[in-house]
Amino acid sequence: MTTGTELESHFIATDLGPEAPEDRKVASKSPTQLALARFRKDKLSMVSFVIVVFYFLAALAAPFLVQAGVLNPFTTHDELLDANTLPLGGFGGISWDHPLGVEPGVGRDVLSRVWYGITFSLAISLSATLLAVIIGVVAGIVSGASGGWIDAIIGRIIDLTLAFPQTLMLLALSSVALAFITEVLGVPAGDPARALYVIVVLGLFGWTGVARIVRGQVLSLREREFVHAAQLLGASKMRLYFREILPNLWAPILVTFTLIMPAFVSAEAALAYLGVSIHPPTPTLGNILRDSLSYAQNDFVYFFSPAFLIAVIVVSFNLLGDGVRDALDPKGHQ
Amino acid sequence: MTDQTIPTMGADTSSTVATPAGEPILEVDNLRMYFPIKSGGLIRRTVGHVQAVDGVSFQVPVGGALGLVGESGCGKSTTGRVITRLYKPTGGAIRFDGRDIGNLKPRALKPFRRDIQMIFQDPYTSLNPRHTVGSIIGAPLAIHNLVPKKQILSRVQELLEVVGLNPEHYNRYPHEFSGGQRQRIGIARALTLQPKLLVADEPVSALDVSIQAQVVNLLQDIQREFGVAFLFIAHDLAVVRHFCPEIAVMYLGKIVEIGERDRIYRHANHPYTQALLSAVPDVKQAAIGGRRERIRLEGDVPSPINPPSGCRFRTRCPLAQEICARQEPPLLQIGPRHKVACHFAGELGQHPFKPVTARLLGVDDQGNPDPGAGPPTELFTQPGFADTWFDIKGRSSVEP
Ligand SMILES: Nc1ncnc2c1ncn2[C@@H]1O[C@H](COP(=O)(O)OP(=O)(O)OP(=O)(O)O)[C@@H](O)[C@H]1O
Ligand code: SF4
Ligand SMILES: [Mg+2]
Repeated sequence: MTTGTELESHFIATDLGPEAPEDRKVASKSPTQLALARFRKDKLSMVSFVIVVFYFLAALAAPFLVQAGVLNPFTTHDELLDANTLPLGGFGGISWDHPLGVEPGVGRDVLSRVWYGITFSLAISLSATLLAVIIGVVAGIVSGASGGWIDAIIGRIIDLTLAFPQTLMLLALSSVALAFITEVLGVPAGDPARALYVIVVLGLFGWTGVARIVRGQVLSLREREFVHAAQLLGASKMRLYFREILPNLWAPILVTFTLIMPAFVSAEAALAYLGVSIHPPTPTLGNILRDSLSYAQNDFVYFFSPAFLIAVIVVSFNLLGDGVRDALDPKGHQ
Repeated sequence: MTDQTIPTMGADTSSTVATPAGEPILEVDNLRMYFPIKSGGLIRRTVGHVQAVDGVSFQVPVGGALGLVGESGCGKSTTGRVITRLYKPTGGAIRFDGRDIGNLKPRALKPFRRDIQMIFQDPYTSLNPRHTVGSIIGAPLAIHNLVPKKQILSRVQELLEVVGLNPEHYNRYPHEFSGGQRQRIGIARALTLQPKLLVADEPVSALDVSIQAQVVNLLQDIQREFGVAFLFIAHDLAVVRHFCPEIAVMYLGKIVEIGERDRIYRHANHPYTQALLSAVPDVKQAAIGGRRERIRLEGDVPSPINPPSGCRFRTRCPLAQEICARQEPPLLQIGPRHKVACHFAGELGQHPFKPVTARLLGVDDQGNPDPGAGPPTELFTQPGFADTWFDIKGRSSVEP
């Protein structure tokens, strides 16, 4: 994958020579700005981008709304439930006060719970994605740029990571790991420790794809003459990796980011279902979904709400990832 | 050119060497660069070597210019990259300003990095697409911490002006410039540290013909104005013609002929140089000797992994004889500033029938060891030129 730079230059630049008038009124456009312009033209990407932004805004607003009492994810409403603890009224107890009805069982407001759940789900998957991308980028750059035995070792670590039975390990190790996190690292037990565990595990198992893509890119960048030029100037390894090579990698990094993020949103839901992630009453889309599954037949609205929100964010993020890739790499992928 | 005689800077000071062009800023002595070929699989053993550069020696005088010419794959770029120490040489010495930089570690090398810079072939990959022109040209100053941050911009603008670009364009990105303009940016970057030696690796071959002359002129101005020495790499003899008073012709990792411009263009003695020359459209030549016939070389360049025995050119040489497969022709000095590596060295149409080198090597005319021939003659193998040479017509040593 290459960025659009070379291609672009052939069309944009015309040789004016030194004598030609150089004061043509061309606003300086970086390759980034050109990619952005392409991205804006793509309707589907723009829609998914708006949805993703909307989710993040909602996630950011939720804690304040909870504090202000607008959202009440923890208040129970026994009076809204019937004898079987199912919500009174049709459609899961939808009313003005509870637009998505109330939970069967304890009668908490569903809208408040899923809304606040988005906050925790996105916080966990975003942190895990960042961790995976950072590990992957550093490993990929070091691997590709130094080559030799360092490259070989990182390659073996990747193979090993991929061969690991992640989910099983995750379940088997969770109590040991949680003990470690609370006792050794001093993270408060309960939700914070569980959240950290999920983030670290997703990050530690999720970086390999990023590392491979970045390594491949670095291998081709390394042969570009501008890297040689920097070496000739006596640039340090750090400067080579992070000032010369890294800025040319943000395209694949962004693409992998937008593709890992939805995978981790689903993964968090799956882990919550297995009881590894944050536990109720603190809501995540995953643990709400887990609770709601048992009411799939009796209370469709309750079941539908978290499932729908997860599906929408996953699909939007995937479409956004495709859009970003196309915008950055206009040559490939039609 | 002045005619004074100055001792060489090399290790061997016993032989005085005529260097009319002045002291060498760069002296390359028996330089070799072998790239290992690794086997596949887990344990990657070295199964062979690409002998990209194999025993190359030459000098570049202070403020002078040497042209390094040869077909694709003959090791020109590799030579340039070893000299600029992008690669660590397998063997030989690179004496810059009298000091061997061939084995220096990166830290010890850093001060020399200011003095030796490179102009690259491909203007599309030699500039980082994510950096502005200003930060590309200013990078050398930042890396070497030479001027305060605030002054970098004014130095950048000064350099943009030197290379004929608008100084107000420092904030633009490389893709906004044409190939020729980008090459100028690359030149400005190479000039930032005021180097003493510029290795220009085919600096114009990626450019339109109409732009090539402009860029060569710019390089010439720079040389005159700043007194920078040039190692000018090109794949044909036409480009270096007006730029380089001395030319070295390379074939498959070795120099086959080296000498003053006039000796190379008008009195080439090596069949390979003659073939290259026949491809140069040449008005002057037409005036003296009529149009030269184009000499077409048969076959492909052999692989540098397994070069031919004896003379490396023999698989394609129209003059090749038995001795060429048995004995490697020494790079023999045949004039005041002219060396050639061929058993049958001679001007076009005047190649001798018997090898001129046999007696010097102590072999018979077929290249077999000849007990009656006496011991091989000590040959001058230093990078520069000696003040005695071997007269190929009279087959004897001459002094001026
Ligand atoms: N890093 C490397 N590893 C292995 N082999 C190499 C490497 N660099 C160059 N070579 C080989 O060394 C030989 C000389 O290459 P080099 O690039 O120096 O040739 P060149 O004369 O510059 O050719 P061109 O005109 O195509 O630029 C070639 O056979 C090439 O394949
Ligand atoms: S030494 Fe022989 S093969 Fe080599 S160039 Fe001379 S004549 Fe040709
Ligand atoms: Mg080359």
